[in-house]
Amino acid sequence: MHAEAPIKLADFHANARAALNDPKLRDSFSGAMDFLIERRARQFPDPAAFEQLRRVGEAVRQHALARLPELLVQLEERLTALGVQVHWAETAADANAIFLDLARRHDAQLMVKGKSMVSEEIELNHAMAAQGIDCVETDMGEYILQLDGDRPSHIIMPAIHKTKRDVAEIFHEHIDGAPLTDDVNELIAIGRRALRDKFASARIGVSGVNFMVAETGSLVLVENEGNGRLCTSVPDVHIAITGIEKVIEKLEHVAPLFALLTRSATGQAITTYLNVLTGPRRPGEKDGPREMHLILLDNGRTQAYREQRFRATLQCIRCGACMNHCPVYTRIGGLSYGTTYPGPIGAIISPHLQSLHETRDLPTASSLCGACGEVCPVGIPIPDLLMRLREAGRHSVAQSATPPQQALRGQGEVRQWAEALAWKAWRLLYSHPVLYRLLVWFAARLNWLTPPWQGGWTLARAPLRPAPQSFRDRLAQRRQQRR
Amino acid sequence: MNVSGSASQRARSAIFARLHEARREPAGVGVPEVDAALAPLVAEPAGESRRQRFIRHARSWQAEVIETTPLDWPVQLLALLRARGVRQLFAGPGSPIAATLQATVPADQLRWFDRELAALKPELFAADAGITTTLSGIAASGSLLLQPGVEEPRTLSLVPPLHIALLHEQALHDSLLAAIRHYGWAQAMPSNLLTITGPSKTADIQRLLVYGAHGPRELVILLVQNGDADAR
Ligand code: SF4
Repeated sequence: MHAEAPIKLADFHANARAALNDPKLRDSFSGAMDFLIERRARQFPDPAAFEQLRRVGEAVRQHALARLPELLVQLEERLTALGVQVHWAETAADANAIFLDLARRHDAQLMVKGKSMVSEEIELNHAMAAQGIDCVETDMGEYILQLDGDRPSHIIMPAIHKTKRDVAEIFHEHIDGAPLTDDVNELIAIGRRALRDKFASARIGVSGVNFMVAETGSLVLVENEGNGRLCTSVPDVHIAITGIEKVIEKLEHVAPLFALLTRSATGQAITTYLNVLTGPRRPGEKDGPREMHLILLDNGRTQAYREQRFRATLQCIRCGACMNHCPVYTRIGGLSYGTTYPGPIGAIISPHLQSLHETRDLPTASSLCGACGEVCPVGIPIPDLLMRLREAGRHSVAQSATPPQQALRGQGEVRQWAEALAWKAWRLLYSHPVLYRLLVWFAARLNWLTPPWQGGWTLARAPLRPAPQSFRDRLAQRRQQRR
Repeated sequence: MNVSGSASQRARSAIFARLHEARREPAGVGVPEVDAALAPLVAEPAGESRRQRFIRHARSWQAEVIETTPLDWPVQLLALLRARGVRQLFAGPGSPIAATLQATVPADQLRWFDRELAALKPELFAADAGITTTLSGIAASGSLLLQPGVEEPRTLSLVPPLHIALLHEQALHDSLLAAIRHYGWAQAMPSNLLTITGPSKTADIQRLLVYGAHGPRELVILLVQNGDADAR
């Protein structure tokens, strides 16, 4: 299988520009996003009912985060009592080392994997391939991308940027005996056949987790295809990996979150499967994993947790609604972001997973229109978080008006002298009326001096030119005339 | 334990140390009326019975629902097997319907899930159909509630391309939350619990919906009514 297309974070502007100039890509994204927006809207016809349910979802997540250390201890106790081995990983490398160790212990050359964004985050497939272990994606979309050496561009619909023609060619090239066909039923059947053998022969099944229930030690998986069930029922060993924030307190808290998740994600009232796993196979059972592991990953989440102003980031249930409704995401697609999680959620979580400096363009990849915050089913104030990240990137702890407890990774490193200077000048002018009026007086008289070329602004807009008479003066004039 | 065990313990301590640094409300912030999740978000027709609602939703998810009775379901099953040309039907030997199946389905068509999956894989992966009982059904979404286990393994409802499920009308619940509360799982969870809503599906290629992704292509529900069918 190919290496993934290397997309560098620093290339965000170049990526975005290239995507904007690709009409096929823009068409497929805007079509798909319109479709998802419309389907979600049909699920929430009554704003008041949505608001009521969202308040419950938000409270469930906030409650769980407030008690996070306690719930993680409770979860670990329950899981251990059930016979599940719990592993902790601070970084992607830690998590991959655990996978490798388990694969070696079971002499596994093949793993089948259900859809898991956290496994993308740690680049599990690469880490395993480097050790000669084949980690096969089994979600249809992810499988298509893996065959093609591509990356997911949406967290729910990973292959949204591929057409059926693309898929036909990918299958024809990579799957033995696959005919070149445009028929989607036939394509899915080809994928199904190709993966069945893998399910039957893999020693290890890998999955993500949608929710972990502290009171029962249950892992909850939500899916439509059935590959997640296969990965967690057929192989002898099941390894689940997820972020530490995914825990909730009570089993009945699953109900509101599940109702919000499926409706927000794909506009479905429910998915085909809600699969609740509580420990490995029990005595007398004839299938299900004999051994079960859970890897709990930090990878920057504790930074978002530590700062109350950023903690809401961790409420996320990964529904993707914020990206579906984002005018920026819709136009530039998911790959431009260069991070595991694209769109508004990517912009608010990636700075913690990586650093403010590495992800410096993402918090600004937003018009702050507020659509993401409006649709988020767990009430994350995404636009506020974007602003806070912009601020943290440009101010050291000492410079910050709202200093964090500890510096965030990359705190202040996005600062540019020209931008800082411009704001300093602005502050000076706006706090000194005499200076301000003086400047306005000059600007109005010297407006013929404004350059026709004003950087990015004039690429698509008319140049900014100070009016010959300031707004203030015009108001004053009117007031005089009235008298 | 091994090397990765001690690394895991080190990571655990570091993670907890960071979590405990945070300012927070350790008692939690409380969760209001979870029951809000019970209220239907899309208006449902008034005057519908629980059974009618279940059937309407199940069919909307592409499940086939056959309404039948305690005496008649084996006949319906035979007709279904014939119509679909099923050669190998898998079933759980300890299941409450095992005796009826034994008496109904021709011996050369019926296969028991009587060994560990490892020993059965080639046959199960080649079978045309699997039949299971269900614990309950959820009227609000047309879902089946299954508790796979010793009697009926998980893969019975998953690997064969046709899943036939027997559901007793009196076992229906209004919502998932109602079922969670009714069965008291918060105290004792089975190893696997499952809701199944329609056959497996995917829309991963150009958003075009296709049934039969990795699980069953078809789901047929034999809905067994008790005596007075419209009492509920
Ligand atoms: S931030 Fe909100 S809308 Fe975006 S993926 Fe997370 S839960 Fe969904």
